[in-house]
Amino acid sequence: MSRKSFRQAINEALRQEMRRDERVILMGEDIAGGKGGTSGVEEAWGGVLGVTKGLYTEFGPDRVLDTPITEASYIGAAAGAAATGLRPVAELMFVDFVGCCLDQIMNQAAKFRYMFGGKARTPLVIRAMYGAGFSAAAQHSQALYPIFTHIPGLKVVIPSSAYEAKGLLIEAIRDDDPVIFLENKLMYDEEEEVPDEPYTIPFGEANLTREGDDVTIVAFGRMVALANQAADLLQKQGISCTVIDPRTTSPLDTGTILDCVAETGRLVIVDESSPRCNMATDIAALVAEEGFDTLKAPIRRVTPPHTPVPFSTALEKHYMPDADKIAAAVRSVMAYAAKQEA
Amino acid sequence: MQISHDILLRSYRAMRTIRDFEERLHVEFATGEIPGFVHLYCGEEASAVGICAHLSETDTIASTHRGHGHCIAKGVAVEGMMAEIYGKKSGVCEGKGGSMHIADLSLGMLGANGIVGGGPPLICGAALSHKLLKDGGVAVAFYGDGASNEGTTLESLNLASVWSLPAVFVLEDNGYGEATASSYACAGSQRARAEGFGMPYVECDGTDFFAVHQAAAEAIGHARSGKGPVMMHVHLARWYGHFEGEAASYRRPEDVVRLRAEKDCLKNFREQVASTSMIEAAELDAIDKAVRAEIDQAVSKAKADPMPEAADLLENVYVSY
Amino acid sequence: MAERIAPITMPKFGLAMTEGTVVGWLAKTGDNITAGQELVEIETTKITNVYESPVSGMLRRQIAQEGEIQPVGALIGVVADATVPEAEIDAFIAGFEAETTRKSDDGDTTATPANTIIEVGTLRLRVQDSGNAHSGKIPVVLIHGFAGSLENWMLTQPVLAEQTRVIAFDLPGHGESSKSVGDGTTRTMARTVQDLMNTLSIDRAHIVGHSLGGAIALELAALGPDLVASLTLIAPAGLGPAVNGVFIEGILTADRRKTLEPVLSLLVHDKTLISRQMIEDMIRFKRLDGVLPGLRTLAAASFEGNRQSISLLAALENYVGPVSILWGENDEILPVANADIIPDQGMVTRYAGTGHMPQLERAGEVAERLATIVTGQDNP
Repeated sequence: MSRKSFRQAINEALRQEMRRDERVILMGEDIAGGKGGTSGVEEAWGGVLGVTKGLYTEFGPDRVLDTPITEASYIGAAAGAAATGLRPVAELMFVDFVGCCLDQIMNQAAKFRYMFGGKARTPLVIRAMYGAGFSAAAQHSQALYPIFTHIPGLKVVIPSSAYEAKGLLIEAIRDDDPVIFLENKLMYDEEEEVPDEPYTIPFGEANLTREGDDVTIVAFGRMVALANQAADLLQKQGISCTVIDPRTTSPLDTGTILDCVAETGRLVIVDESSPRCNMATDIAALVAEEGFDTLKAPIRRVTPPHTPVPFSTALEKHYMPDADKIAAAVRSVMAYAAKQEA
Repeated sequence: MQISHDILLRSYRAMRTIRDFEERLHVEFATGEIPGFVHLYCGEEASAVGICAHLSETDTIASTHRGHGHCIAKGVAVEGMMAEIYGKKSGVCEGKGGSMHIADLSLGMLGANGIVGGGPPLICGAALSHKLLKDGGVAVAFYGDGASNEGTTLESLNLASVWSLPAVFVLEDNGYGEATASSYACAGSQRARAEGFGMPYVECDGTDFFAVHQAAAEAIGHARSGKGPVMMHVHLARWYGHFEGEAASYRRPEDVVRLRAEKDCLKNFREQVASTSMIEAAELDAIDKAVRAEIDQAVSKAKADPMPEAADLLENVYVSY
Repeated sequence: MAERIAPITMPKFGLAMTEGTVVGWLAKTGDNITAGQELVEIETTKITNVYESPVSGMLRRQIAQEGEIQPVGALIGVVADATVPEAEIDAFIAGFEAETTRKSDDGDTTATPANTIIEVGTLRLRVQDSGNAHSGKIPVVLIHGFAGSLENWMLTQPVLAEQTRVIAFDLPGHGESSKSVGDGTTRTMARTVQDLMNTLSIDRAHIVGHSLGGAIALELAALGPDLVASLTLIAPAGLGPAVNGVFIEGILTADRRKTLEPVLSLLVHDKTLISRQMIEDMIRFKRLDGVLPGLRTLAAASFEGNRQSISLLAALENYVGPVSILWGENDEILPVANADIIPDQGMVTRYAGTGHMPQLERAGEVAERLATIVTGQDNP
């Protein structure tokens, strides 16, 4: 056990799985970086943000494959390789680039098993960065997990910390279905205790990071830490919150969400993705349909506005959910209940 | 190149099976009993068969929306294919895929594909598997002249070359992408495209089994020997429309009449083997008869087989969920 | 140069960089530099990069030294004309730093004993080797129980460490040790303890075993009586027939907080002692590769439903050294009634209002008791 960053945890998961199973290979743009350059340094980058650093040196060019900047062909190649005996982990760099290769994910990898009558296995992981917060603007900042969640046949993972990232990524690599693994780019340097040994965290099992009586907060990825901050702040003001990190949006642990809402009677959902047809609307619909009788107040959603992600730091701050916005939403559902009781 | 008697007979049988399968579908589709889209391979049989004659179950192919011929040539069971096209539980994909998604990965058949240009990236991956798992296999992407302009295809030509993959890109150029002629839609030349990506290019008359067989030997041999990818341009013509039931008003009816008379790969095959006394006509007649019976049987069985149950709807979305 | 004094600040390379380490200055204090000249080498988690001076002038100060980590934007150096007086530069630095927060890499200075991984045969064992190795007193070896870890001794180890050398460790299959348990028998585990002592050059020790660790201690006494200066068995397995199969099965099968909490609650009489963190730690432990198969093998080797399939009464009777047996009267896993078969009841101390973990629930008393054994003042 030692303190590791989100980046190190992901790197370690990849390294340990590649050591365990030689069918595990990596491919992506500049995951080594430097091929063909004049310096002769073949692992110049180790990923655009250094996540795969050192893996090329350890595993060599057959298992750590730099690709041309052609997302459709290499994401498709990863799908084809997965269906024919390898276990590829393809890095899409920024999830925003999915526009270039969605067919290979949506119409090919996700569909093989069903469309071929259960005769295919596609043990594919696609890693990508998501999220706003460092002025990368509209084409490099989106939180597109609802798009993947919408597609049957894909599993979608959003780790909320370094510990979660390592266990969920190893689980993803060992899973026989295509998995989209989304890493919030603001979290790479966040550290916590992470076991040195390999471990797995099962999909579809939510984690309760806080347990309280008054309000249930469901949050995804980086929003979990913000929800925890809000919960800790509110605790001092006499409002106790349960915070649910679903870990995976598909499969989604609907049971835990409904159970917690049944206990607290109030629900706030924090979702960094655009508000139309996102996880917040999906969970709101779930609770409205199956947990209506347990609700003491309307459900509140904390999301960005329905705009592209802006560039200016001033605008981006307004765009992003934060602990204050979450706390305000929680207070508003508490105020509603107080009003009804009065 | 000398082709053994056995391979000749098997190849003829495969071509005849494809022809009868497709002609029968043409008839049956018109009755309204077959759901969805059906794209027929009639007239193109020698391409699939001449190429797959060089492949084993270790090798992988990816097909197109016009995939029945590739499936049969790669060894997928005819009964299971017919049942699939009828949407029956006994189909090779249990009625979940239909005509455009017939696959059998145990035979190295990575699926027909409903997306134009869907196959070439997958084949890069299959070729990578063959290369890294060192099983000696090659991966073959069949794609049409329409798909030859897709970004996925062009990216795949590049990737296969960059990674020096054992991949064969078989361009089945039947002159039309849907209702638009390749003479309109394909700029430049296919040979120049292959050269542009640094890979060898071979071309052949796809209605001549022997020409295809010869060209495929060269192309597949190149890929299998570890020298990297290759493009094989097969000149073809389809006898039916893009899909069954379409308005075929984009070409003259007499074109199709002439194709059937002059560019029939089965007739061509019979003439060539007769002139060289390789095979007795009676042997081929016997195959014709056997294939007719096989197709009759497949259709009867497909019609009689049960539909999938409601519970099957939810099965096999995931391996585990 | 527009300003008389120019700050050199930690640059930002790429999108994600928040801090950087000064690897080395490429110019000395007092060097005249020109804009664009290579000035300082900076390392981030991703890359090492050379930072080129944004300005010309004399490098007057290197504020960040080699190896220092500074956040992006922090002042790492000052460039100014040679004519600018030192005092003015000092004022500039003071003014700049008032607006920025310096961050230094002090490292962790907490005093908890370090755990080390020690190779014992083919196994890697996590060992906490603490206390005074030169006290002249016999060391203590602490053996935890089924699904436990060396952390089970966190309230015991510090007290003993004041007296002598104390070895706590994770058994194979547990904590951060190798997860391979072989046939999982207490005999095999005892051999591992023997090997560990050998590796640590301990030829004789007071052996303390809790629960399944108690059975392992008895096995060790049978294997090598000379190794064992005394035996202290806390709620030991291997004596008496009963075990709570619900606990064993629960440890093997429960993997969520809700299902695991009632299982772990069986460990203690005061249920409030089972914290959220303890449950979380157990869940995390069970997720490690190899843990479940190891625990299954260990459980199968010693337990069968509500019965123990091992008996070490003979080992107890044959052991001639001092023996203390400590048991909670409210033990819900290995019931205190198991102690009734012990011929010499004078060995047995029963704690009222205590569950399966006296070293936790009666931490002070248990530690004191062990300390008297170590100092030779024990008079049972």
